[in-house]
Amino acid sequence: METAAKTRKTAHVADALLRMDRMPHIWCPGCGIGPTVNCFASALAKCGIEREKISIVSGIGCTGRVAGYVKLDSFHTTHGRPIPFATGLALANPGLKVVVYSGDGDIMAIGGNHFIHAARRNVNMTVICVNNFIYGMTGGQVAPTTPEEARATTTPYGCYEPPLNLPFLAESCGAVYVARWTALHIRNMTNSMVEALTKKGFSFIELIAPCPTLYGRLNRLGDGLDMLKFFRENSEIRNGADTHTIDIGFKGKIVCGTFVNKEAPTYLDRMNAQLAKVLKDRYVPWGASATTGSES
Amino acid sequence: MKTTADPKGVLTGEHFLDGDWSCAEGALAAGCRFVAGYPITPSTETVERFGQRIPIVGGVFIQMEDEIASSIAIQGAVWAGLKAMTVTSGPGFSLMMEHIGLAAMTETPCVFVDVQRGGPSTGLPTLPGQADVMQARWGSHGDYEVIAVCPNSPQESFDLTVHAFNLSEQYRVPVMVMLDECVGHMYEKVVIPKPEDIEVFPRRWTKQPKDKYLPFEPEFDGWIPGMVKAGDGYFLHVTGLTHDERGYPQMNAECQEKCVRRLVDKIRKNAERIVCYEETSIEGADVAVVTYGITSRVAYAAMEMAGSHGVKVGMHRPTVIWPFPEKRIRELASQVKAFVVVEMNYGQIYYEVERLAAGKCDVHLVDHGGGTVHDPEAILECIIKAAGQR
Amino acid sequence: MADQTVVATLRARSRAFGAPKPRPVRAKIVVEWERCKGCSFCVEFCPQGALKLSAEFNKKGYHPPLADEEKCLDCGFCELVCPEFSIYSVVLTSSAEE
Repeated sequence: METAAKTRKTAHVADALLRMDRMPHIWCPGCGIGPTVNCFASALAKCGIEREKISIVSGIGCTGRVAGYVKLDSFHTTHGRPIPFATGLALANPGLKVVVYSGDGDIMAIGGNHFIHAARRNVNMTVICVNNFIYGMTGGQVAPTTPEEARATTTPYGCYEPPLNLPFLAESCGAVYVARWTALHIRNMTNSMVEALTKKGFSFIELIAPCPTLYGRLNRLGDGLDMLKFFRENSEIRNGADTHTIDIGFKGKIVCGTFVNKEAPTYLDRMNAQLAKVLKDRYVPWGASATTGSES
Repeated sequence: MKTTADPKGVLTGEHFLDGDWSCAEGALAAGCRFVAGYPITPSTETVERFGQRIPIVGGVFIQMEDEIASSIAIQGAVWAGLKAMTVTSGPGFSLMMEHIGLAAMTETPCVFVDVQRGGPSTGLPTLPGQADVMQARWGSHGDYEVIAVCPNSPQESFDLTVHAFNLSEQYRVPVMVMLDECVGHMYEKVVIPKPEDIEVFPRRWTKQPKDKYLPFEPEFDGWIPGMVKAGDGYFLHVTGLTHDERGYPQMNAECQEKCVRRLVDKIRKNAERIVCYEETSIEGADVAVVTYGITSRVAYAAMEMAGSHGVKVGMHRPTVIWPFPEKRIRELASQVKAFVVVEMNYGQIYYEVERLAAGKCDVHLVDHGGGTVHDPEAILECIIKAAGQR
Repeated sequence: MADQTVVATLRARSRAFGAPKPRPVRAKIVVEWERCKGCSFCVEFCPQGALKLSAEFNKKGYHPPLADEEKCLDCGFCELVCPEFSIYSVVLTSSAEE
């Protein structure tokens, strides 16, 4: 208690870590992206990594705007391609901790292939995917995560494609850390972000967020508050759950938790090991061996 | 302000190399330490060579999952502080177009190599073409300018790749190296100088302190913003959206004019400093052959034959193809009876020359669909015809 | 048979019947009035129910929250759940200092 009082701040925890000169942000009232960014700012303050060494890369979409609001070296790239950009950043400077912060359409539809390969390679980066089950920025089109029967502007009579199960995909591609939380699980989300930031390798966090203006309105799910209340009633924390059992159906149960947390050599670890083995003394190693959370 | 090459990347000596390999050596000599690529004939040997050499020099080669990933991974590497390049051919070049636009918009210095082959579509994967020349300039959407170079030999592949890296750093712009399958796969003597004899243009790091630095405010030559890299505490924001000097998106017409106009003008207004060409026997010529890349090698043969027919013919060969040497072509248009444009496509640079000639002289085209080089006789026939008229 | 020292400790810690429960924390709630978009997340999810929407509205027409600071325990939930980064609590005193 005493310690808390002495270190207590006099401003919002996000103020020092966000570009406050660009507030208010563009997200709708009740949008779930804001809480996730809030938690991210808190995680940045807690993770113990020098802020200069953390870079953030976003794609296109509502969540893609996150890079523009966070006061880090930030890159707002093309649709679907933050992950390969982040791969270039992470490999060229192994001392950086690279975070990809983007939406479900950006990372899993157009960016799906890049996700698969970065996870497979275990490139040292953290991917935070805010899943609102829709393409929000462009007006509410169907996404690969849109549950069956849910309406979107391009599936006006209900979606008839089975949605992707993101944690299952991440685990099967080789991600070393896989978690899912909703925008309501602010403490768990923050802790997960700290774990992912300080972990070596490809870590993935799916954050289920309300999109009241589009997904919520088109499917008569109410406003942001109604959707968060739905998360409160229908989410269940099951750490270590089998990822192939945790699909999300329309108005269905949302299983949250940390599902995978394992160790594996990163892309650079493997590259350095293989090339040193074959080339011996002639090999010029790239980056030192990994320290917690980042390679330097 | 140039420096000399880092000796680690310079394979000094006389070599017997093909154009693809020379290009890889040129990149290493220029200080390139990151290549992301995807296999595509006839360019693959460039990345294979780089991948073999870079572990000894120190750097990274990664074969990405596709050309789209390659063309943006290199930009991540540039913002992390390295010089970077990707290599492809026609179909991959088309895939990379969005990211060439991103590099132009964010002023990311990087090099794109296109070893041209027969097109369109899958075309002739193992055979030459020169039909991507217009695409190099206009291929991405929106208004922007890039620089493109055009080697005609393995030696030039080395030299012009070094030059491409230098131009990309000087103007903070993506630069295309337009090889073709012939130059890429032909073996010739390549002399790689000592590191102290290779001029390298270093990255234009900003001299501004962190509290004054603006990522897109011109700092050098009145046109070029100072560069920084991630990890140095500048907390910069880089976006493909139309942006102001702070790098923040500003979606309005005024910002568009300010932001994009400078991107275009920094090349157009400096064109005369960037253009580069080689002329042979142009003084007093009646006919000027305008050609580039492998086609120029065939055109030399045709010119010799024309000489023995008594035709006064010279050659104008751009080595920097974009920006195009407009001023020089306009000058020549007043001096010659005709231009003969020889290119391995159905007419691309021909339209530039015709536009610049502005009716002052005739302009002829000796076209070719690709798949093999021109027949010198076809070029000769056109030269003679061109000399005969007017 | 209960351990004598345990019983003695429990007796020492117990308070007199009817004495007020000590407040662990006193905190002030700060609201960025103009930035609020009235989503009500903080109101709904405050574990103490210390917030309610005001009758007044800000320039954009939203009703920002009002706080009953007697109830605030500085848990920080509103601070983190707010999508606009526009509410947080500041501790005034802690029980150790009281």
